[in-house]
Amino acid sequence: MKAKSLIIISIIAALLFGVSSANAGNLVITGSTTVLPIAQKVAEAYMSQNPDVKISISGGGSGEGIKALIDGTTSIADSSRFIKDSEIKQAVDKGRYPVPFAIAYDCIVPVVHPSNTVVNLTVQQLKGIYKGEIKNWKEIGGPDKKIVVISRDTSSGTYEVWEDKVMNKERVTPAALLQASNGAIVQAVSSNPNAIGYIGIGYADNSVKALMVDRVKASAETALNGTFPIHRALYMFTDGWPKGDTLNFINFMLNPQKGQRYVKEEGFVPLY
Amino acid sequence: MTKDKYKGTLRRKKEKWIKSLFFLIAFASISVMALIVVFLFMEGLPIFGKVSVREFVFGHYWYPTSEPAEFGIFPLIIASIAVTAISSMMSIPLGVFTALYLAEVASQRLREWVKPVIELLAALPSVVIGFFGMVVVAPFLQQVLDIPVGLNLFNASLMLAFMSVPTICSISEDAIFSVPRELKEASLALGATRWETIRRVIIPASISGISTAVILGMSRAIGETMVVLMVAGGAAMVPESIFDPVRPMPASIAAEMAEAPFRGDHYYALFATGIVLFVFTMIFNMTADYVSHRYRQTGASTL
Repeated sequence: MKAKSLIIISIIAALLFGVSSANAGNLVITGSTTVLPIAQKVAEAYMSQNPDVKISISGGGSGEGIKALIDGTTSIADSSRFIKDSEIKQAVDKGRYPVPFAIAYDCIVPVVHPSNTVVNLTVQQLKGIYKGEIKNWKEIGGPDKKIVVISRDTSSGTYEVWEDKVMNKERVTPAALLQASNGAIVQAVSSNPNAIGYIGIGYADNSVKALMVDRVKASAETALNGTFPIHRALYMFTDGWPKGDTLNFINFMLNPQKGQRYVKEEGFVPLY
Repeated sequence: MTKDKYKGTLRRKKEKWIKSLFFLIAFASISVMALIVVFLFMEGLPIFGKVSVREFVFGHYWYPTSEPAEFGIFPLIIASIAVTAISSMMSIPLGVFTALYLAEVASQRLREWVKPVIELLAALPSVVIGFFGMVVVAPFLQQVLDIPVGLNLFNASLMLAFMSVPTICSISEDAIFSVPRELKEASLALGATRWETIRRVIIPASISGISTAVILGMSRAIGETMVVLMVAGGAAMVPESIFDPVRPMPASIAAEMAEAPFRGDHYYALFATGIVLFVFTMIFNMTADYVSHRYRQTGASTL
């Protein structure tokens, strides 16, 4: 038993070290799980056009990505939020200079169960619901049912946008259910007729109903012209102004005919 | 003569080598464990420069990212204790009685079939159990009981019970099965019925093994992450009923760690939550160890 697990551990170790040395000199992208599908699609396209470049991609979260950039273990850090002051300070202390590139926009859309009769909410009503002041759907023109408030964990980039644009820095009620991903929110809302949640526009599908906010429907157009109130930019950070393969990749990413096409394909809002 | 002597020293040398090899292996696993604990404390303790231990453990509000931040994990601790307690209420009777049935009542052939199946349950990945709870059990509970949320304390406890039954059953079955045959036969020979034998002889004789099984099952439930992350609902408040959503400690750590700014207060607070969790599981394991020594059955005379 012991010998067996030792063998397994050494194999895993060998694989890990093997992989990391094989990547030396190539591109490593890590960070936000929101940006992950975009990065993956674009990287695949980039690698098929530049077969000599190897890109390894992982998720882990915006904080993880920026930490990796500070530690120098990644070439590009994906982030669904802007870098924090404390993180910039740590980076500078280590002699690194994070440079942000906005690569796409994302709308955060409130969603409800398809059977719900509510179609539009104001930002004020959303705030009331998430503060725990509006507790029943009938207060906002729905059926006489308790509202089940579903939110994201407080450290997710999506939550931060919600807190910023809807809550106006006030606290979400502790009674809110917290889910760890956009997918989990879709799953929870689609199986609960009383629930309300919020997700990135790329995750909205037929199993949930996207609500209008202040009578504006979430779309690429309304996000870009600023009429849809809850939107954010998604970023890639590099250490210093990018060079070589990193620069080529960022250029590819920002190119309207190349990277930005995949942004649209993945359901996010392209820059142009 | 000299050849034999030479062989003898060679054997002794070999013995010594093997001894130190085994020592090294044992030492390596222990030191890895120790290093992890040191790391846990190093990353967790700095938060207590910002909030006092009392505020941290008994604070009611967990708002790690708002301004000003609040780090009170009391609701998370209560949630962990509640899911563990309620799941134990389901898993202990189920596990122990199944074990009794398998070891004492069931036929040999049935036993050979059922035991591996129960042990297979333990091999089910927790994410599968969590997904089952989320997609099947939650909507079912919502419809049948007409409650607002299916992702709640009860659902999480039920899923955790699924996970600890195999542990409890399989370990206590081993304990019960290893009760010496002559004890059982003596009791039956004195005219005791089967139930009396089980109650008065078998259970007391195997109580140390059964208790260890129960405690190991419970420590599996308190440390389990994926299931509670998926089905407990995740509301950081003290539950008022068993159908309220809760947020146990492991779920909080797993959900927030990825996005927490490295070496920020939130990061330290999550590690400190890990310390609290570690203390809990350590208490469980030490209790298991104590109980299995204290009530160890040595021979038939102490019954």
